[in-house]
Amino acid sequence: MENSSLLFFQLAPWLVFLPVLGLLINLTIGVKLSEKGTGAVAAIASGLTFVVASLLVYSLVRQPEGTVVPLASWIHVGTLTIDWAFRVDTLSATMMLVVSGVGTLIHIYAIGYMHEDVRFKNDLGRYRRFFIFLNLFIAMMMILVSGNSYSMLFVGWEGVGLCSFLLIGFWYDMDTLGRPSFANSDAAKKAFIANRVGDFGFLMAAFMMFWKFGSTNFTEVFAKVTSADPGTILWITLFLLLGVAGKSAQIPLYVWLPDAMAGPTPVSALIHAATMVTAGVYLVSRSAPIYALSHDAQYIVATVGAVTGLFAATIAVAQYDLKKVLAYSTISQLGFMVAAVGMGAYVAGMFHLITHAFFKALLFLSAGSVILGMERGHHHLAHGHAEAHGTEVFNPNDMRNMGGLRKQMPVTFWLYVAGTLALQGIFPFAGFWSKDEILADAFKEFPHVYWLLTIAAFLTAFYMGRQIWLVFFGNPRSEVAKHAEESPLIMTAPLMVLAFLSVFGGLLNLPGVDTLTSWLKHTFESVGVAIEPGAFNLNVALVSTGLALLAIFLSWWLYLRKPLVAGQIDPLKKLFGPIFTGMENKWYVDEGYQFLFVDRYNDLARFLAQKVDWDFWHEWFHNSIIRDGFVGLTRFLADPVDLGVVDKISHVLADAVQSSANSLRKLQNGFVRSYALSVMLGVVVILGYLLLK
Amino acid sequence: MVPLNYYLALSAILFSMGALGILIRRNSLIIFMSVELMLNAANLSFVIFARQWAANSASVFNGQIFVFFVMTVAAAEVAVGLALIVVIFRSHQSIDIDQLNNLKG
Amino acid sequence: MTGELILFLILALTAIASAAGMLLSRHAVYAALYLVLNFATVAVFYLILGSPFIALAQVSVYGGAIMVLFLFVIMLLGAEQIPAEIKWKNILPAVILGLALVGQTLYLVFQKIAFSNLPLENSVAEANPTHLAKSLFSTYLLPFEITSILLLVAMVGAIVLTKQEKKGGRG
Repeated sequence: MENSSLLFFQLAPWLVFLPVLGLLINLTIGVKLSEKGTGAVAAIASGLTFVVASLLVYSLVRQPEGTVVPLASWIHVGTLTIDWAFRVDTLSATMMLVVSGVGTLIHIYAIGYMHEDVRFKNDLGRYRRFFIFLNLFIAMMMILVSGNSYSMLFVGWEGVGLCSFLLIGFWYDMDTLGRPSFANSDAAKKAFIANRVGDFGFLMAAFMMFWKFGSTNFTEVFAKVTSADPGTILWITLFLLLGVAGKSAQIPLYVWLPDAMAGPTPVSALIHAATMVTAGVYLVSRSAPIYALSHDAQYIVATVGAVTGLFAATIAVAQYDLKKVLAYSTISQLGFMVAAVGMGAYVAGMFHLITHAFFKALLFLSAGSVILGMERGHHHLAHGHAEAHGTEVFNPNDMRNMGGLRKQMPVTFWLYVAGTLALQGIFPFAGFWSKDEILADAFKEFPHVYWLLTIAAFLTAFYMGRQIWLVFFGNPRSEVAKHAEESPLIMTAPLMVLAFLSVFGGLLNLPGVDTLTSWLKHTFESVGVAIEPGAFNLNVALVSTGLALLAIFLSWWLYLRKPLVAGQIDPLKKLFGPIFTGMENKWYVDEGYQFLFVDRYNDLARFLAQKVDWDFWHEWFHNSIIRDGFVGLTRFLADPVDLGVVDKISHVLADAVQSSANSLRKLQNGFVRSYALSVMLGVVVILGYLLLK
Repeated sequence: MVPLNYYLALSAILFSMGALGILIRRNSLIIFMSVELMLNAANLSFVIFARQWAANSASVFNGQIFVFFVMTVAAAEVAVGLALIVVIFRSHQSIDIDQLNNLKG
Repeated sequence: MTGELILFLILALTAIASAAGMLLSRHAVYAALYLVLNFATVAVFYLILGSPFIALAQVSVYGGAIMVLFLFVIMLLGAEQIPAEIKWKNILPAVILGLALVGQTLYLVFQKIAFSNLPLENSVAEANPTHLAKSLFSTYLLPFEITSILLLVAMVGAIVLTKQEKKGGRG
């Protein structure tokens, strides 16, 4: 043990406190701050979080076994003890570094992006809210990755879900093109509900852990899981997989992620590409000791990941929306990661997670830059001749409107190319190393996963090539594209950092050097999971690189040999026809879900509302039984009982009194002598009574 | 000495005849006379009882004094009663008691 | 049968007969005169029973003052007779009640009351008016005075009731 005064583990709670502090500042005195000030506060809070994460990593280098920093007691009920503690080990520190690092860059980028966004319209309240949400997201993500138990992890898990919901629906009163609509808030709700399904699985897994092991603490669960029966382990892992599928957008719950592109582009980059959606991968890595005990679970997870990887890649091929392509690409790449961690290649999965965070954030942010460039062009044009563009709604996300942007936006172009090459897995970019490590592991462990992922990688290279050709090469297919403008430095500077990372990220875990492997080894081996250095397979690398190059060539052949002109049908559609249409329409999964779940749910809701609630409860039970019964009872009480008995009694009494009064009134006839006769009668009667007594 | 019971019987008969007079006559003056007859019969009873208790010197005159008071009251009653009859006759032009039936319900 | 009893019977019959006469006479003046006879007969009974003062008061107050007042009113009003005064159909309940009352009282008198029939002490009887006056003005002084007020009130009342209001007068 080294001198502990040099270690910074005790700073771990500041990972959460700093972004919370940032959001509190913006929340309270943010009204006084300018636009730049608001963004600066949020970015500085995030940046300080990155500093703390770096210090933790520095401490971990000195003391790789890590530590647990307790902060507060949370739930103490019976035998259940859940505390808020920060687990600082190499795995969580890696995530912290990625989240805070990429997060900080995106914060900086967002300062410029949100200012430029045409939907912003100088609404400072929204601007501030955006950064509050971003800081909240960083805090929640930190809780997620630093949690010491599944319960704490779930807090962050739900927290980031909430932030995701809030930020997808950030432009809640419009659709993606800025028209008044509920489309964005619908997308947010879709994301939230799809995540609920996943969260159900997570909760069930946590409940089973508590039921079987009496704790949700990582250490205790991992210690007891080795003696658990296989059924329990399988159920826990499958329920966890459901949670992973929700959060990391795997089949069958991936449908929310493409719609999540309704949020601002920095959000798409940060939450829906780089960090939050990888929480599922992190969860599986964290639960490695459980998954390691069940080969079936590993098989299922790997297959789900691989199938998702291929499935999403096919859809990405036929999308026209710039961000939708990236969204399906993200799903596909998440499939790679899930497949990797499913196979037990945790390091490869984490490696791909990191590099993906770099290049996908870069791609999204560059795409945002492109979109803003298009919007600036549109703005420019609209000022030139307003009447021509008065009614027509221009979609700046549509690749069919782009083309030739290389000349207008050179910086963005080169950044985009760097990200694209990394994603396509071209040597020596970051993606090449991480993807090949996964493929090599798959080749060794699960051949079917390897084949699925290889095809997915081929398609990845193809759709990214298609995107590059369509966006940046050829001739502008719209007036707007001709007038697109480059983005300011505040946006491109973070991109340059990300581009650097995308190019050189592979250095983290070069075959033979295995920096990341030995780094993460500490964590995994401490919980009894053996880690082998990633096997570099030259054949696999050559095949995948060759396929990638082939795909790029094919895309060039199709899209640039004869550059597309405005209004032209996608050349791929001529080749594949119905298949392309299926891909274009996302294989009708949304429609299927609509038919299978949404419509059924609506039918059920309508049935419950109309038949059960209205017809049965309201009309029948309430009206017929209660109301009519009450009316009948009251009528019975009123007519036969009240009128018939009670009133009859009083009427009889009244009539008796009246008739007797009538007859007695005759006595009161005013004739004095008759009164005297009565007195006389009384005298006689009383006297007779006295005499006879 | 005639038994006092006989006197009392006479008193009772006279009283009853007075009462009968009230019941059967319509002339208010005669009714009034019947009332006097009843008072008289009652007075007779007082005197009879006074005679009975004469041996007891302490209460020897109580009965007679009652008779005296009754006579006084009767005199006052007659004075007022006849005045009333006069007033009634003035308003109704009759002393028929059956026409004085305003006291009916 | 002693002479005293014969006297009693004669007087009693006279009293009853005169009462009946008053009861049945259609003419009010006759009725009044029968009543005077009745009062006189009763006054004789008072004398027999040892109450000379009461007997004289009876004759003077009743037979004199009151009955004169009656006759005076009868004459004054000129309403001696009322047509069909006694409706014989209607008097049956009254007669029955009257007979019942007589029967009850006779039963009471002869079955329930036992008199000692002491002979009258002469001293007491002779000293009667003196003692009566003494008693009246000592023991019964307050009722006596109240009686005088009663008579005054009756007199005033009679005057007020019968006073004719002059037209336009102040009443």
